[in-house]
Amino acid sequence: MTDATPAIEIRDLHGKYGPSHVLHGMNLTVPQGKVVTMLGRNGAGKTTTMRAIMGLLRERSGSIKVLGTETIGLNPEKIAPLGVAYCPEERGIFPSLNVRENLMLPPVLKPGGFSTEEVVQLFPRLAERFNSPGTKLSGGEQQMLAIARILRTGCRILLLDEPTEGLAPVIVKHIGDVLLELKRRGYTVLLVEQSLDFAMSVADHHYVVEHGLVIDSLSNDDLMAFPDRLQAHLGL
Amino acid sequence: MTDIFGIPLPALMGQLTLGLINGAFYAVMSLGLTVIFGMLRVINFTHGAQFTLGAFGAWMLLSYFNIPYWGALLIVPLVMAVFGILIERTLLRRLYEMNHLFQLLLTFGMALMIEGLLSVAYGSSGKPYDNPLQGGFRLGFMFLPYYRAWVVTASLIVCFGTWYAIERTRLGAYLRAATDNPDLVRTFGINVPRLMTLTYGFGVALAALAGVLAAPMDQVKPLMGSGLIITVFAVVVIGGMGSILGSIVTGFSLGILEALTKVYFPPASSVVIFLVMAVVILIKPAGLFGRQP
Repeated sequence: MTDATPAIEIRDLHGKYGPSHVLHGMNLTVPQGKVVTMLGRNGAGKTTTMRAIMGLLRERSGSIKVLGTETIGLNPEKIAPLGVAYCPEERGIFPSLNVRENLMLPPVLKPGGFSTEEVVQLFPRLAERFNSPGTKLSGGEQQMLAIARILRTGCRILLLDEPTEGLAPVIVKHIGDVLLELKRRGYTVLLVEQSLDFAMSVADHHYVVEHGLVIDSLSNDDLMAFPDRLQAHLGL
Repeated sequence: MTDIFGIPLPALMGQLTLGLINGAFYAVMSLGLTVIFGMLRVINFTHGAQFTLGAFGAWMLLSYFNIPYWGALLIVPLVMAVFGILIERTLLRRLYEMNHLFQLLLTFGMALMIEGLLSVAYGSSGKPYDNPLQGGFRLGFMFLPYYRAWVVTASLIVCFGTWYAIERTRLGAYLRAATDNPDLVRTFGINVPRLMTLTYGFGVALAALAGVLAAPMDQVKPLMGSGLIITVFAVVVIGGMGSILGSIVTGFSLGILEALTKVYFPPASSVVIFLVMAVVILIKPAGLFGRQP
């Protein structure tokens, strides 16, 4: 595995939820150390693609390689140790666990992750709430906790599903800063994002997803130069 | 002699001890059911038969291998845990995605098979099992047999140990998190299917341990578990399905409540738990300690 091996390489990915065919041959590549977004309408297949990468989508076919390793037939608990971590859209804070337990739950899978001290430095508000039940946190704090706990694992490929959804501007700004810090440290991020401004402020590359297919692929510079190209796709 | 509401103290204390003993069994049994349900979302109708197997296990070890009670206390739960793990791996696992009715059919069917086979092999009248702790404490106001004191103590230790393991350890945090959201826990690299297997094994071991504890108290009979399990289901409903603390507290308190009813209004003693259950379902459908779904 060299630095040129893509962090995630998806080829002709098909996915189903029971009878409904959701992914129709997705192709996308996430290079190591880059922040890449999936943009598109609700229901386009972005979350399903993330669930497929994590192995949570049972009916999937095609090819998903994580750092060169084929994962299409693997269970989630075998995919995570390759160095991928997932922060779901609904954040997935465990109601039976307090904040500290939520933070410490994911086992460290690889060396070189954030230490607990570093995580707390990044999200100081969590430390004040350590003994509260996880679900007593505000939406923003829950989002911070959901990101914080996967930073401890040492996984350097992060799948973040709409991390800014429904959050106050000051917290969105904070999460943007965290993403830039992750990028500075060489993390790879695949991001689903509704806010174009936010996407453009952090990402290197964008994929436009529609009806379970990637219909366009453009660098951040392209997007800045031709914003109309995306609006045509999304009908914004 | 001191009377309490017209009942002599020794009689009252005697009944209370019995209540505490019954409560201890309710607590350990409902604890196993609750741990299994929390993790697997399966109501283990085989639980009573697994309790019976525990008692028979102790009897068989003594009769065939001359292994005494204290050995059985360790060996039987371990063997039954392996039995539970095999059941989960080969049968239960196939049913998680199916209608809950199939889980009922499987677990209830296994209970009938186990009880039927034991009846055929050993008859339904029961086998005697000697009390390993003869004698008792003379407390002045009552006589407390050593064995009863031991059963209550052992149950309290098991209950506290289970509570501690689930609420205060890392493995317990995995279990609680996997109860909330199994898929997400798997994405952290934790093998949730294996946790489910081990949880079922542990729940079955708890039932078997209760069975060994019960063996010297009465005859070892093929239907001893099915008599107990009906009340235990009521206890689980009252405490709240899936709540560890709920099982323990409800188990012991209902045992005592039943005993007090036996002293003060005997005709109601066999229905009082079900009466409480009906009231709890009306007022708090998730149970006293359960979380609203």
